[in-house]
Order: sequence, then structure tokens, then C-alpha cells
Amino acid sequence: MLAINYISEALASIGRSTMALFSAIGRLCIFAASAISHMFRAPFYPRELAAQLLKIGYFSLPVVGLTTLFTGGALALQIYAGGARFNAESVVPSIVAIGMVRELGPVLAGLMVAGRVGASIAAEIGTMKVTEQIDALTTLSTHPMKYLVVPRILAATIAMPLLVLIGNIIGVLGGFLVGVYRLDFNAAAYINNTVDFLEVGDVTSGLIKAAVFGFIVALMGTFSGFHSGRGAQGVGQATTNAVVAASVMILASNYILTELLFPS
Amino acid sequence: MSTDPKITLKGVQKSFGSNHVLRGVDLRVDKGSSLVVIGGSGTGKSVLLKCILGIVQPDAGEILIDGATLKNREEFLSHFGMLFQGGALFDSLPVWHNVAFRLRQGKAKLSKADAQELAIEKLRRVGLKPETAFQFPAELSGGMQKRVGLARAIASEPSVIFFDEPTTGLDPIMAGVINELIREIVVDLGATAITITHDMSSVRAIADNVAMLHAGKVRWHGKVGEIDASGDAYVDQFINGRADGPIESVR
Repeated sequence: MLAINYISEALASIGRSTMALFSAIGRLCIFAASAISHMFRAPFYPRELAAQLLKIGYFSLPVVGLTTLFTGGALALQIYAGGARFNAESVVPSIVAIGMVRELGPVLAGLMVAGRVGASIAAEIGTMKVTEQIDALTTLSTHPMKYLVVPRILAATIAMPLLVLIGNIIGVLGGFLVGVYRLDFNAAAYINNTVDFLEVGDVTSGLIKAAVFGFIVALMGTFSGFHSGRGAQGVGQATTNAVVAASVMILASNYILTELLFPS
Repeated sequence: MSTDPKITLKGVQKSFGSNHVLRGVDLRVDKGSSLVVIGGSGTGKSVLLKCILGIVQPDAGEILIDGATLKNREEFLSHFGMLFQGGALFDSLPVWHNVAFRLRQGKAKLSKADAQELAIEKLRRVGLKPETAFQFPAELSGGMQKRVGLARAIASEPSVIFFDEPTTGLDPIMAGVINELIREIVVDLGATAITITHDMSSVRAIADNVAMLHAGKVRWHGKVGEIDASGDAYVDQFINGRADGPIESVR
């Protein structure tokens, strides 16, 4: 009898968790659909969009730049060491470029922006919810979805490809600096190898991924903020949820996008 | 004063899970009158306001504005102002932009210079210096934030104003100043006002009528001058702040 109780309790717990997961996915889908629909309906807040572009795009440049610079350098060292086993050290420039542009640039920038911007959006909106600022917006005839959510999602979706483009250049530069000054590559040959092997499709695929990752980061940030619990603990939990969920979704969607963009 | 009802609630109910907050609230607020809603903590006073605003959807009952169900909430909100318990000022905006926020939206929005001028005028109205307009909410004391919230609530000269716990957390002198301001503003604007408070000095300063919420229903509703002789044990206990009486102290 006791065993049956334990089993039924365990099953009920799994059922509750599954229901909670599907309920959260449902709420997220409704939230995303509502945000997208509000993007096409007036009023619009271009000033808010500009402010968010600056906050999300411009102020994320240092963190994205440093991340890609060091990753590009480390990648060059790794490929050189690995390539040396097959006498293929000369592939360093092309693999650094392709690796950065197709995968590492967008994914690393996405994860860094999820940490910096996603957390900030969730904390800001969560605090606004807890302090009734979102209710105040409503009473001031301003739709919170249009004023708070749409500018952030649009800004992140626009800013991320630009950030990734700059991050890619810095990442390739990191590989170049290590290649030339540490591994004794000829500078001109390194640049030629990079340019010759890189195709337009490599760059655009990375930028498409970046736009999707930007959308995910802002969506999870705003969604978590809007569904924040009460008090400091609630806002803290919302912030954690935003970063964790966005990071996992970036990695999962990266695989799906790679499958779609580079069908084998 | 007109006796047409501005806001009418009929059997409004609202539950959150198993917590039945409002169990059938009937209430009438006449045009141009000031109603104060009193009641213990957690009796659903704030939920009641949010139901009227449409921020919270009631499970049952009717809310009528000017005798009709609200069809265009945007229209209603364009003639509405609210002072929130904690001020609910937007941290990222300077005080003048908070005050003139509504007037900086939409097709007929004011220019920055006009909005600043109007904000300074409203700030003066609530006893704040013009310099305050260019500070950020975090730089102000609690009392100043409340007054900025009040200036924002009246900026568009609304016909309906809600005040949620306007004097909570303020010292008695500042509370008195806020009470006087609210009364003045309501009288000057001829607005219909609903105030939620626990503070009996606010009740006596602000109210034309008082309603007491208890157990999700309106326990007593009458003129402020009649409250001391209401003959209701719940009202007596509440207004005299007694621990003993029909209202349980552990809720």
C-alpha cells in the first residue's frame, strides 16, 4: 500500500511538473504572438526603440568584442595544434574565419547578451511590475506591451546582427594576431586565406542566427519580467529564469538553424 | 452636487485560486463625490480598484461607468488619474517627464518645453519647487515622491481619480499636507474620487462618503459624518482601532 502511495505521488509530481511546463510554454507563445502583433499596430515608440538600441547594442559591444577577440585567438591556437597532427597548419585562417562567422560569433554573442541584456530587461521589468509601474503605465493610457516589450524585442533583433558582425571581425582579428605574432604566419597570406575561403552564405547565416538569438534574449527577458513574482526574491528568480531559458533556447535554436541553413 | 452615479458596481466577485477576495461587492459612487473605502489589510480594496480599471478582470458582476458597461477603456483612462501607494514613478524618467507622461503621448502630444512648463506648474500645485522637475524619482524623499505621484495623477485634469493609500509611510504632518491637497484637488477639479486608506484622519479629511469592505463585501456605506454613529460593530472596531471586536486580528 505504501509503495503504491509513493508511486502515485511520484507520478502526480511528474504530472504537475509536465502541466506547469506546458502551461509556461503556452503563456510564452501567447506573449510572443501578442508582442509580434503589437509591432504592427500604432502607437509606436521610436524614442524608446532608439534608447534600447543604444542600451542593447552599443553598450554590449565591449563584452562581445572582448569575448570574440579572445575566442578567435584561442581558436587559432587550437586549430594550429590540432592541424599540426596532419600537417594542416595552413587551414588556421580559414577555419578560424568560418568557425567564428558561422558558429562561435553568433552563439557566444548571444550567450553574452543573454547574460548582460536578458538579465537587465527581466530585472527592470520585474521591478516595474512589483512597484506597480506597469499598472501606472496602463492608467496613463499607455499599453505596456507596446511601450516596454516591443521596443526591447525590436532593438535586440536589430542590434544583435550588427553586434555579431562587429564581433566576427574582432574574432577573426584575434585569430590573425595570434596567427601572425605567435604562430609566425605571414600577415598577407593569413588575410588572403581568410578572404578566399569565406563565402557570403557563411556571413549571412551567422547574421540570421544573431537576429533569432536577439529576439529570444529580449523575449525571455520581457516575459520573465512580466511574470515576475513579488519582492526581491521574485525579481531575482525572474532574472535567473530569463538568462537560463534564453541560453538554453539559443543553443537549441542554433542546432535547428544550422540544420536548416546547412542541410547535409 | 449631482447625484448621478459615475461608477456603479453590482455583485462584483473576484477570486485568486481558493482565495475569494471579493464576494459580491455592490457600490455606487456619485459624480463629483469623494468615496473612501476602508477595511483591514487583505480585504480586497486594491483589487476592487484594479477591477474598476480593468487591470484585473472580475469573475462575476457588473461595473458600470456613467450607467453603462465600459466599452472603450482607452476613452475612460484618458480622463482618469491615479495615485499609487508607492508612487509608481518611472525611475528612468526625470520628474517632469513622469508628471507630463500622458501629455507626451499620442497625436496631440505636448512639446518638451510645454510639457516641462506644465509639469512645473503641477509640481507647484502640490507644493514642490520647480527644481524638483529635473531630478530623478530616486533622488526624492517618500513624501516628495507621493506629491509627484499626485501631480502626475492630476496633470491631465481628470474627471475620475483614484488614490491608493495616499498617506501610507508618511509622517503625520506630511500625511496632513497630502490629505489637504487631495481634498483641494478633488473640489477644484470637481472630480469623482475613490480613495483607499486605513488612516482615519485621511477618511475624515477626504471623504464625502465612506464604504467599509469586510469579508469580500461592503459591510457599511454611508456619509462620513455618520460613521461614528454607524451602529455597526465592525465599523466601530475599525475606526477606533480596537484589537477586541468582531474583526479577527489574525487573518
